[in-house]
Amino acid sequence: MQISARHLDKITVFDISGDIDLSTSPDLRKALLRELRELRMPRVVVNLQAVHYVDSSGVASLVEGLKASRDVGSRFVLCGLNTKVKEVLRLSKLGTIFEVCENEEQAIAP
Amino acid sequence: MAPESKPLNPHENSLLSSQGLLLKMELRSNPAMLSVVRGAVTPLTEKLGFPELESAAVVLAVDEALTNIIRHAYRGEMGQPIEASFSSIRVRHDGAPQAALEILLEDEGTRVDRAKLRGRPLEEVRPGGLGLHFIRQSMDTVEFRHRKGKNQLRLVKILRAGKPQTSLREENR
Repeated sequence: MQISARHLDKITVFDISGDIDLSTSPDLRKALLRELRELRMPRVVVNLQAVHYVDSSGVASLVEGLKASRDVGSRFVLCGLNTKVKEVLRLSKLGTIFEVCENEEQAIAP
Repeated sequence: MAPESKPLNPHENSLLSSQGLLLKMELRSNPAMLSVVRGAVTPLTEKLGFPELESAAVVLAVDEALTNIIRHAYRGEMGQPIEASFSSIRVRHDGAPQAALEILLEDEGTRVDRAKLRGRPLEEVRPGGLGLHFIRQSMDTVEFRHRKGKNQLRLVKILRAGKPQTSLREENR
């Protein structure tokens, strides 16, 4: 998995690629929590367009990001989910707690 | 002169045409191995004829089961032994024999406490505890047992009638 961050005014967009599993999810969690808890960015967008696999540890990292965003009053938005990632979120029954946009354009819209 | 290549007969090529062991892996507990296992299980399920989402479900279940072994049975300790075997079997489902994939995972870690295998309430918005839920959602059979000092997890996924390919479908007609 690779993570890169772009800063657009008051929005941070994370571009994630590869697989999110037990070996890589700690890096995702660390990056999300830094942006939310330390930098307190008003909106954090996680672009999952290039993610082909996510497991329960990846979902857990996203849930931690969501909870941190609620703690600091930020928006936490997922976008670019493919069918397999959507299916894992559906299985988790946590899909509805996330703000999900089809693409990045919608996720960063005012 | 090179002999003419003969087109593959999909039925001769079917992995399900013979029952028994298809693949056996001996690996060591290490999160970095998860992607390696996924890389082997994905084409195996595809060759067996599982549709894309069902193939993904089997891969997810195996990944989550191995994650649980690494995190809980071995408590994150690296280099501990895990065996994974994949077999083609027949099971009775809806009164008829069905082709299925059986997966056996064995480890020598801390004995699995059945009382802790209930998962957690899904309405709780918190990280963790989803792995077992994913396994149960993904597979038709999930059985834990402890034999000869080893934890064994048996997973079965039925290849339901109406799914593409396999000679067994031909036999069941």
